Amino acid sequence: MRSVYQRVQSWLETSPPALLASRREQAELMFRRIGITFAVYGDKDSTERLIPFDIIPRLLARSEWLRLEAGLVQRVRALNMFLADLYGRGEILKAGLIPHDIIYRNQHFRPEMAHWRVPHDVYVHIAGIDIVRVDENDFYVLEDNARTPSGVSYMLENREVMMRLWPDLFSRHSVAPVENYPDELLACLRSVAPPMAGGEPTIVVLTPGQYNSAYYEHSFLADKLGVELVEGRDLFVDDNKVFMRTTRGPKRVDVIYRRLDDDFLDPAVFRADSALGVAGLMSAYTSGHVTLANAVGTGIADDKAVYTYMPEIIRFYLGEEPLLKNVPTWRCREPEALAYVLDHLSELVVKEVNGSGGYGMLVGPHASKAEIAEFALKLKNNASNFIAQPTLSLSTCPTWFEKGIAPRHVDLRPFVLTGADGVRVVPGGLTRVALKEGSLVVNSSQGGGTKDTWVVDDISGGAM
Amino acid sequence: MLARTADNLFWLARYMERADFVARIVDAALRLSALPKAYGGDNGEWESALSSAGAFERYNEVHGIIDARRVIDFLVFDERNSSSIINCIEQGRTNGRAVRTALTVEMWRSVNDGWLNLRYYQAMRQEGVDYDRERLAELIEFVKKTSLDFDGSAYRTMLRNDAYFFQRLGLYVERADNTARLLDVKYNILLPDTEVVGGSLDYFQWTALLRAVSAHTAYYWVYRDGVKPWLVADLLILREEMPRSLIGCYENIVRFLDAIGRAYGRQGAAQRHARNVYSRLSHANMKDIFNAGLHEFITGFVEDNNLLGTEITHQYLTY
Repeated sequence: MRSVYQRVQSWLETSPPALLASRREQAELMFRRIGITFAVYGDKDSTERLIPFDIIPRLLARSEWLRLEAGLVQRVRALNMFLADLYGRGEILKAGLIPHDIIYRNQHFRPEMAHWRVPHDVYVHIAGIDIVRVDENDFYVLEDNARTPSGVSYMLENREVMMRLWPDLFSRHSVAPVENYPDELLACLRSVAPPMAGGEPTIVVLTPGQYNSAYYEHSFLADKLGVELVEGRDLFVDDNKVFMRTTRGPKRVDVIYRRLDDDFLDPAVFRADSALGVAGLMSAYTSGHVTLANAVGTGIADDKAVYTYMPEIIRFYLGEEPLLKNVPTWRCREPEALAYVLDHLSELVVKEVNGSGGYGMLVGPHASKAEIAEFALKLKNNASNFIAQPTLSLSTCPTWFEKGIAPRHVDLRPFVLTGADGVRVVPGGLTRVALKEGSLVVNSSQGGGTKDTWVVDDISGGAM
Repeated sequence: MLARTADNLFWLARYMERADFVARIVDAALRLSALPKAYGGDNGEWESALSSAGAFERYNEVHGIIDARRVIDFLVFDERNSSSIINCIEQGRTNGRAVRTALTVEMWRSVNDGWLNLRYYQAMRQEGVDYDRERLAELIEFVKKTSLDFDGSAYRTMLRNDAYFFQRLGLYVERADNTARLLDVKYNILLPDTEVVGGSLDYFQWTALLRAVSAHTAYYWVYRDGVKPWLVADLLILREEMPRSLIGCYENIVRFLDAIGRAYGRQGAAQRHARNVYSRLSHANMKDIFNAGLHEFITGFVEDNNLLGTEITHQYLTY
């Protein structure tokens, strides 16, 4: 156990198990009350479910956080420059650093975005960068989420619940606050309004609606930002300008924080069968009358094949060495790599380049012979669709169970905001924990839970 | 605010009010049907209950023959009946969930808790648990309490802005409709006739009507007299101090529409129409109403009230 956990350890040792158990129940009750995902118990309807919450915080020392933060800022700056370049002059492709087909054959590359500039050159306004650590010193980026990363409501609600559960423990640590996230987000969204929007841009959050699994988060954020939560049918486009339908008549909209995938945004341009979007939105967007956050076409940066080039991308645009490491990755599109991966499937984690949510992947050490054989076939048939990584010995964090406290693997998703005025990160993020013993999969869709994440002053820092 | 938000708040309030109304109708019919035939008890009550709830035609399509158990089931649990209690609460919750941020925590909790509990009652029903009078009475109380919780939460916790005004509008438009429907089904027993007061077979019908709008005690406070049909009609139509009377509802409708008009700096057809209806009620008296025909009066009112709903939708809620 690392030194930063000293006080937590002594707290766990001195707290009677019954107290921990009762606080855990209390926490669950609070989440139900808050209505986070509108917990409906005994209901088969999986759109309304509570994600398990662990009452033991995950700690990071301030010095560690500062290193991590610098790395995150660097990475997201590079991501934005990369996207501006891809949809602009394509210098990185001309320089031959990335194979063309990785970009142009990717379904998330949007030709509609080419050759025009989004307001303030910001593409990824909100990024969720998934971080793991395998030893005392290094942070590794597991994946970049540049489309519509979710989970920030858990970061904020987890903190609220923890402050009510353990006020004493809080007073014994100096925990950096995260509650200013909505203010930072609002400032970020304001800063990227189209230049013609004037002083008080109108901002909205666009949701697919109440049956979406992240609807709670959408309504939570709209509430905290103090802006309208709209659905596609609340908006319309007239003369390339976007309006929302209000009780006082049409109201002009300047910035849309959209939590709707590209495919569904505009039935006139993307999927024609989408009833969730707004016809004409892309035309309003490309004519510069409205800002979409995140921009259309950012999904290309989520691609796990593109991920493997991130160190080169950072060096190319910033002329700096990457501060955060990439997990060593085999690109199965390369014959030598594929041969190696096929020989070592039982040791590796293999992922689809466009997969997410922990689906469609093979965790070699936990897979049966038959599963491996089946996956090998899929891999050979469509090698460029896959990448492989070693099974990392992810760091663990003490986690509460009825039978006692036990270590479980964790990752961390900090949220990185980019506005016209720069990049900012609130100290912390969403810690996801694999609740199954030995499991490395932290996704909530696969039985993962969450923890509050504390950035605390270093012990040696002499915190009061 | 978003037109869709206002629309959902308006309908959430309507559905919660309607659930309460249907519960009261079932309650009143249960009481009447328990009376011996000589006191006016017969199956006619269940037919009236269906008509008051606006579910008579649908019931005929589904069941045909009037049977107490089936009617109760249809009014409380049946998803084929758009105004069944279970559907009202389900719809209300769907409206509420769609605009979660426009509700206060207390409002959401009252709707969500009501919904969860009702699903539990429904599950027991589906497992074949027999709904005897005792269990039914408990359920009716629960539904009334849910609406009361919701209404009280809205009143106590909402900001006094347009969201609140639309929420209140929904409540009073629905309530006016409910009271009018109840009167329409029972208008024949409210006509002043030559029967000796107190000796009428209809006496229990009148008191049941009063109970259905929780005005039984209020009646005595207002009139300090035995229950007389024309006074029952007066109480439910023209007495402003009676919170479920038609004029009481319209006083509130005018008030909240005016508040919206002030907030938005603009009046419209909805405000003008509501003021007309209110003004006609203010200048009416029961004698003229009876002379011109109670039935015609009520039918006219229901049409006016529907027209108001259309005007509000057109002016504010269309999206």
